[in-house]
Amino acid sequence: MTEMTASPPAAIHSGKAAQARLRRRYRAERRFRWICMATLGIAAVFLVILMGSIVSRGWTGFLATQMKLTVTLDASQIDPENPAQGNYRMLVVAALQNEFPEATSRSDMRALLGMVSNGAYVELTNLVADDPSLIGSTVDIWVPAASDLDMLNKGYIDRDSAEDLRRVDDQTLAWVDQMKADGSIRTVFNWTFFTTGDSREPELAGIAGAALGSFWMLLVTFLVSFPTGVAAAVYLEEFAPKKRWVDIIEVNINNLAAVPSIVFGLLGLAVFLNLMHLPRSAPLVGGLTLALMTLPTIIITTRAALKGVPPSIREAAYGIGASPVQAIAHHVLPLALPRLLTGAIIGMAQALGETAPLLMIGMVAFIVDLPGGPLDAATALPVQIFLWADSPERGFVEKTSAAIMVLLGFLVFMNGIAVFLRQRFEVRW
Amino acid sequence: MVMTQEAKHDAAQADAVTIGVDRLPRIDGHMKLQARDLKLWYTDKQALQGINIDIPERQVTAFIGPSGCGKTTFLKCLNRMNDTIEGVRIEGSATLDGADIYDRSVDVVQLRARVGMVFQKPNPFPKSIYDNVAYGPRIHGLARNKSELDEIVEHSLRRAGLWNEVSARLSEMATGMSGGQQQRLCIARTIAVSPEVILMDEPCSALDPISTARVEELIDELRENYTIVIVTHNLQQAARVSQYTAFFHLGRLIEVNQTPDVFQNPKERMTEDYITGRFG
Amino acid sequence: MPPTQHTVRSYDSELEKIDRHILAMGGLVEAQLRGSMEALVEGDRAMAQRVIDSDAQIDEHEREVDELVTRVIALRQPMAEDLRRVKTGLKVASNLERMGDLAANIAKRSLVIETPHQVPQREALRRLGNAVYGMTTDVLNAYRDGDAALAQRVWRQDESIDDMYNAIFLAILADMIADPRVISPGTHVHFVAKNIERIGDHATNIAEMVTYMILGSLPDPDRPKGSSVQGAEEQT
Repeated sequence: MTEMTASPPAAIHSGKAAQARLRRRYRAERRFRWICMATLGIAAVFLVILMGSIVSRGWTGFLATQMKLTVTLDASQIDPENPAQGNYRMLVVAALQNEFPEATSRSDMRALLGMVSNGAYVELTNLVADDPSLIGSTVDIWVPAASDLDMLNKGYIDRDSAEDLRRVDDQTLAWVDQMKADGSIRTVFNWTFFTTGDSREPELAGIAGAALGSFWMLLVTFLVSFPTGVAAAVYLEEFAPKKRWVDIIEVNINNLAAVPSIVFGLLGLAVFLNLMHLPRSAPLVGGLTLALMTLPTIIITTRAALKGVPPSIREAAYGIGASPVQAIAHHVLPLALPRLLTGAIIGMAQALGETAPLLMIGMVAFIVDLPGGPLDAATALPVQIFLWADSPERGFVEKTSAAIMVLLGFLVFMNGIAVFLRQRFEVRW
Repeated sequence: MVMTQEAKHDAAQADAVTIGVDRLPRIDGHMKLQARDLKLWYTDKQALQGINIDIPERQVTAFIGPSGCGKTTFLKCLNRMNDTIEGVRIEGSATLDGADIYDRSVDVVQLRARVGMVFQKPNPFPKSIYDNVAYGPRIHGLARNKSELDEIVEHSLRRAGLWNEVSARLSEMATGMSGGQQQRLCIARTIAVSPEVILMDEPCSALDPISTARVEELIDELRENYTIVIVTHNLQQAARVSQYTAFFHLGRLIEVNQTPDVFQNPKERMTEDYITGRFG
Repeated sequence: MPPTQHTVRSYDSELEKIDRHILAMGGLVEAQLRGSMEALVEGDRAMAQRVIDSDAQIDEHEREVDELVTRVIALRQPMAEDLRRVKTGLKVASNLERMGDLAANIAKRSLVIETPHQVPQREALRRLGNAVYGMTTDVLNAYRDGDAALAQRVWRQDESIDDMYNAIFLAILADMIADPRVISPGTHVHFVAKNIERIGDHATNIAEMVTYMILGSLPDPDRPKGSSVQGAEEQT
């Protein structure tokens, strides 16, 4: 460009060539912006598809179908001293026969019973146990419907298909229609989903056991990994001499953060179960294993948080005669705390969603009871999802997706807290 | 012997220019800080080449010199702030009231309470004004109760010329103050631990002229009670506030004398060239 | 002048400007002195008028130097030798301006004297004028070349100038006592001799300042004086 040497500096930026260069730049920037937005758009589309498919499959899991039974609590079938041993099957059959007198044959009666969930018997037991005076009277009671009915009610079974291909035969269909007309079938919010543990029956299955198991596990993980991780990070960042062995430790910590989680599961199996003989399937073991997995993450994020505190603060503290420990405790840690907590919460959120290591250490069993503490056998939310996803019953499909929604909800919530903490407590210096 | 200009400049490389102990000026009074053959290495690089200097008590001594000459490094030796830097090695001696400050038995924390430091960029803690000043006395246990602490805080803020401006808002964040006020707060914070020496590393370089004037006025007042050592790039400031001036170059102490002599009639060619703007 | 350059080159050019004005002033003062002596001793009235008219130029230079020095002090905050140089420039200019005035006075007086060729002590006066002219030239060279030794020699010459002036004074006194007709021209001659001696004093001041500028210290404060004449010697 010969003009450049001849013309004064001002002309470099105002000539035609300059305009052309500027236009090229703007075009390049526009392209870049479009690419970014397109990427975001694609990600958003995938997110929508993912969320959409999960929600569309799972939202019905939060609903439960119930049947109203008019049951005569025949004293001959129930022993007041021992209500649990009462022959409630008989009572239910009787109630249903009352409702549908045309059901006379044995197969008819099986079909009738097939409409009612096994949980009905539990309901009746609890009713009588709470109030033995009811024995002999006739009560109306809403009981959970069987899974097939539940699926029918929610529209998952195609009424128009051939009878052989349907799980619900025509006779049952007719009964269901009749009950609907009577108002004996209703759809309510599925509280049992949140209050009961796992079950063979989809309509009775809940995530409470898994949620509690996850809770105990996360508690153990937090209590073990947070103090250890923060202390290790503080030492490595502030006090460790710049020697070779310290460098080796740092490198190893960074590598550990990238190790596949199933390896930690193997470690947990070998050490916590085989060597230390801790109870299998206990949240304690799961928590310890995940603590090992989360530790590198916490160390790394804590170190980053500590590095984020400007050295001028430390210098000021030293200048007044604060010892290194005082400088860290009084100044550096409080200022690093928001970022530190954010990192810890994100680490916990990751731990919440881990499945593979828990499979290795046995938190995969079918456990009905709710765990009372970290030592009781339990399962965890992601594992529960894994188990349900494997189940053949139709009813578990919606439960699986519903459980996924709950898990995602928790993760979003935890990340939300992390963001809130960071914004609220960020200190400007 | 008349030296040509070139030869004079070559002398910069020669050790002969460095002040040996025998060439230190005779100063009356008690020497608060002394350095004898103090050398410092940053890993392999030698930053200080055997410094000999006396810092008189209750006077202001200014360290001047071009960038990288070691004046800040040497300043930081006087309260062992260089200890916090990895790979620093020190030989020779530095004494406070005659006692070696690098002796093993010396508690660094206590030394830094006796020899305070004010930094180039004001660095108040992100706490309230009160807490900033009270932090030092708290950790050193200088106050037995709240009212004593209040007294120390007020006294320090008054000494720093800040009391009238902040007495009504002691609980406000220190980071909300202007640069000049923050620097005076840092000075108040340093005074609050009752030091004997105050080291200042270019305290006014980040401040506007009015704040600079206030700080210089403050230095003048503080001289009555504290020994002050100030590193500055501003030659006029050095000439204004100090009684003694030391000129450093490439890790060596080239000249040290009473300030009027250094600025009107320097003995060394290098000093003359630096202060008249003929350097580099 | 110091050979090394300031990092900011405009600083050096400002100092050089001051030097040029002073050396120009110095040249003018030399010419004024020579011209006024000629006007007096040869009776050249035209020359006398030229000298009187040229004084304004010297005053103009002095104003320039004053302004330049003020600028340098305000903007450059000169230190050490720069400060001495600038201080010296100001004082030298002031002294040169006075020397110019005195030379113009001599020229004015020469117009008043009716019989210049009959002026008493004419030769002595010429010798005194030459001596002072020599001092002036030397001290200006010392300023230009940074020659402290030369400046000191000039400084020591003041004693002999004083002696020469005293001799002329005594001689004129004797002449006036001997012949009352000599009183009028003799008084004029005395004033002229006094002016020349004052010019010599100013040259000595300049020599002092030049020594200070180069060496950083003034010469011995007890400047040697000529022998005092009863009651008629002024304090310098």
